[in-house]
Amino acid sequence: MSSLSQLDQVKTTPWSGGRSPWSVEYGKLMMWFFLLSDAFTFSSLLIYYGAQRFSKFTWPDPDLVFQSVPGLLDKGAPLVFVGIMTFILIMSSVTMVLAVEAGHRRSKKEVIWWMVATIIGGFMFLGCQALEWTHLFHEGFGWGKIPNHETLKELFTGEVSTVSAQQFSNLFFTITGFHGFHVFSGVIINIIILIMTINGTFEKRGHYLMVEKVGLYWHFVDLVWVFVFTFFYLV
Amino acid sequence: MSEHSHTDEHAHGEHAGLSKKKIWEVFGILLLITVIEFIIALWAIPGKHMSQHIGNYVYIALTLLKAFYIVAYFMHLKFEKVGLQVVLSVSFIFIFYFIVLMLIEGGYLHLHMPLV
Repeated sequence: MSSLSQLDQVKTTPWSGGRSPWSVEYGKLMMWFFLLSDAFTFSSLLIYYGAQRFSKFTWPDPDLVFQSVPGLLDKGAPLVFVGIMTFILIMSSVTMVLAVEAGHRRSKKEVIWWMVATIIGGFMFLGCQALEWTHLFHEGFGWGKIPNHETLKELFTGEVSTVSAQQFSNLFFTITGFHGFHVFSGVIINIIILIMTINGTFEKRGHYLMVEKVGLYWHFVDLVWVFVFTFFYLV
Repeated sequence: MSEHSHTDEHAHGEHAGLSKKKIWEVFGILLLITVIEFIIALWAIPGKHMSQHIGNYVYIALTLLKAFYIVAYFMHLKFEKVGLQVVLSVSFIFIFYFIVLMLIEGGYLHLHMPLV
């Protein structure tokens, strides 16, 4: 008898089993683990980019490469377009938290409205990225492709290096492409959650935890963009 | 019983930390940091008020600050249990340490490789 109650007592401390030591819901914890592994993937790409860039004598100047606003200005507006993209993504992150917040109050209508806003933000970001890629393709950049020497001269402040230009081109499309793929899958998942919300699935379940989980993913995509933005466009 | 589900705990109290006001406050901070980065990129560095080298360190510091606000508030980590906070931040700190290591490695190659 006494040994049994002792066993029972052991089980009441956080790390002895019987309850969740972090008191975080299973799906949310798994989402964090996934995001951590995704962070490893992204950082491996960024680490390679950083090491390459630091080992080269010259590198394409971001203020010269990214100075157009597709459809409006061909040059002379460094960082403006990417600034708009950054703003869109931060904004859609905010609408996502507002959806989560509305979910806590179980206000179905508000969750729907904020999810729609988040999805629109995601599509706008993807559209901007498509425009920017198209612009760079027209300049002659691409996987394994760089513009001719004349064009390159205008993109370097120092000496022109075709090796650096090639590394820049490959890494830019790979990293922003991988990020864009994340945004795209995020939008798809957001749409699924939106449909589930409209169908009243979470209303019946009694909680909007799924919105929180996709919210975590969506913020992570925003987080990665913050780093991509710094290392490609600013540094 | 300890069985009572975590979703119950979830529903009350714990989440009081993030009101609508706070969300917009964090948004304002993120926007402000981005604006500062733009001022550095478009005014301070071209106008020679700051060297590119120092600018890079400022950019990275500001980026980490932004990352902190996104993870702490938007991703709600600030309101989770300390154990989870420690586990996740230690992993992220190691990733960042690895980035720094590889940049140093790149700098070493820069000094010791023939001109290409």
